[in-house]
Amino acid sequence: MNSDMEQRIDALDLPYRTQEDLKASLTDRDVTEEQFEQILAMVFSEYQKSRIEPCEAVGVVAAQSIGEPGTQMTMRTFHYAGVAEINVTLGLPRLIEIMDARREPSTPTMAVYLLDDWAFNRDRARKVSWQIEAAPLHEFGDITIDMENMQVLVMLNKAVCDRRKISIDEILETAPRKIREKRHFRDFDVEGDPKSVSLTFTPKNQESYQNLFQLAEHVRHVIVQGIDDIERVVVRKEGGEYILYTEGSNLKDVFEVEGVDISRTRSNNISEIADVLGIEAGRNAIIQEALSTLNEQGISVDVRHIMLVADMMCMDGEVKQIGRHGIAGEKESVLSRAAFEVTVNHLLDAAIANEVDELNGVTENVIVGQPIQLGTGDVKLIAKPMNLKI
Amino acid sequence: MGTSLDVRNHEMVPDHQIMDEEEVADLLATYHITLEQLPKIYHDDPAAKAIGGEVGNVIRIIRDSRTAGRAEAYRLVVKRPKK
Repeated sequence: MNSDMEQRIDALDLPYRTQEDLKASLTDRDVTEEQFEQILAMVFSEYQKSRIEPCEAVGVVAAQSIGEPGTQMTMRTFHYAGVAEINVTLGLPRLIEIMDARREPSTPTMAVYLLDDWAFNRDRARKVSWQIEAAPLHEFGDITIDMENMQVLVMLNKAVCDRRKISIDEILETAPRKIREKRHFRDFDVEGDPKSVSLTFTPKNQESYQNLFQLAEHVRHVIVQGIDDIERVVVRKEGGEYILYTEGSNLKDVFEVEGVDISRTRSNNISEIADVLGIEAGRNAIIQEALSTLNEQGISVDVRHIMLVADMMCMDGEVKQIGRHGIAGEKESVLSRAAFEVTVNHLLDAAIANEVDELNGVTENVIVGQPIQLGTGDVKLIAKPMNLKI
Repeated sequence: MGTSLDVRNHEMVPDHQIMDEEEVADLLATYHITLEQLPKIYHDDPAAKAIGGEVGNVIRIIRDSRTAGRAEAYRLVVKRPKK
């Protein structure tokens, strides 16, 4: 094969992969000009045949192709499979979650990849995990309630703080701040003492024991280290490098942590990905998540169906669900919307708003009993009668 | 750390490019469509912001397709509607 042939392959209207495959199979082969012509013609006509026909109902085919295998998926809502001791929703519930474009999946999780300097060293990987895992104050010391003086006393454990690489000053500063900001509890005074590594919280209301216990509860559970949404981190070695798996997801804050490989770190929260990385990344996430959910159940669905669904969901710049609050609910036609869920509401609203149905789509034409614009129904063929004697 | 995150480096974000007017005209002519018929991308989408896309621009997206190997898609930059 010569470069002229390569150029001719590139010039053909073929998908990139087909062109590359063709080039790869032709290198180191002696083909005559005539054979080459023939090969090109064959490949091109095969490609043309494999393309979808105009007016084919791809949406219905996609729906069927995902729906039928879906009936074979496990229906149990609480079906979990542990990946590194972390529970992930799988099977049908997960698939429904993806299609419904929920803001938050029922089990958000992340796979945090590390940069080279951190990925191959267990201790350094562990250090990154401490920066990520949310740690409440009670893990860093003893918390006692002094009922006589109406105080909550925190005695920090210096050894634990050193081991987890957090300075005493930092804890003294963050603990009261976070109780005010994140837990919205403000009726207390605080006194930190760096020398005796202790903190004293005094509630403003000196009369109520209930208030004191409430304060103690806040003090115990305030997150002083790590990222609030990430409840647990598991460090696992995969293919030589350490990867952190998390329970809970917060891409934005994890990207800020030193040592995290921003280019590979993933979440299973699709709308979060769309918010942080953009709509195209969201589309990729839908495809990836749907495909891996199906494959995990031993079901193989052609990606093209899932790609079509993902494209529809991401059409308008944000991730929309398939159901009546998303794609199906925004259809132009009243009858089509009414044919999906909540029929009466749609018809009533349409009547009040004086909506007109143009009868352009498929569903509405089926309802009124007209030919639909699909397949042969879309071809407007007028035969001119010739030599017809009437 | 500290510097703002560049989403273009993430493996899930395909290549985004702003198309010039001539290319847009070609595109619309090839598919016999109007500008409004293109899929949309919001003006504050992180990937659109990273390349400086403004409302009215058309962005060419070069995806790593699982079937075709490489596929081009187009999105029109629109303002995010207020909720």
